[in-house]
Amino acid sequence: MKLVYFAWVRERVGKTDETLDLPEGIATIADLVRWLKTRGEEYEYAFENEAIVRAAIDHQHVKPEASIAGAREIAFFPPMTGG
Amino acid sequence: MAIIRIQVEAFDAAAETAALTTGRGDIGATVAFTGFCRDEGGRLSALELEHYPGMAEAEIACIASEAEARWPLLGLTVIHRYGLIRPGEPIVLVLAASAHRRAAFEAAEFMMDYLKTRAPFWKREHLKDGNVGAWVDAKGADDAAMERWG
Repeated sequence: MKLVYFAWVRERVGKTDETLDLPEGIATIADLVRWLKTRGEEYEYAFENEAIVRAAIDHQHVKPEASIAGAREIAFFPPMTGG
Repeated sequence: MAIIRIQVEAFDAAAETAALTTGRGDIGATVAFTGFCRDEGGRLSALELEHYPGMAEAEIACIASEAEARWPLLGLTVIHRYGLIRPGEPIVLVLAASAHRRAAFEAAEFMMDYLKTRAPFWKREHLKDGNVGAWVDAKGADDAAMERWG
């Protein structure tokens, strides 16, 4: 599974992207965040306020309860500030 | 079909308007919104805009389709820059064309309200003293502006 990170989420995780083999039982974005937070303090820091960090699956905004089945690329980023 | 460009280069709103209207007898109104980089009272030397390539284009195309479904548009151009942008330089252009003014006004405002909260761009401040400052926080007022469209 390819994960990509943007803005301060990217800075906190310390990388722009990574490809990870996910363990069994990770069905949703929320499950994925929970698992990532067990991988080290950089993830703990990036996702310290889970309600703030947004997610997208294959370039589409999704909610934490969204299924990740079949996803090619999952992105995590702060609330957007363009325009 | 909207024209959508995500680019580093500056743009010329007048030239984009001419490109949309030249040779057309059906367009009665265009509304062009340009968002500029501010210096925040002299504090900033630049804004750095990061974006999510691929998703930025897809999300803006999705918002543009929604605008085209809601209003009878005869043209829609959206240009959003990324990279380092200095105070006084343009960041974003939304250009809506229609037979009558109301659709053009409303569609341009709708596009901007949705862009602000749904297009994957993030701003970071670069300070006059040479330091890289903080990421700009999202504003609750921007969410409220989007939600009023229902």
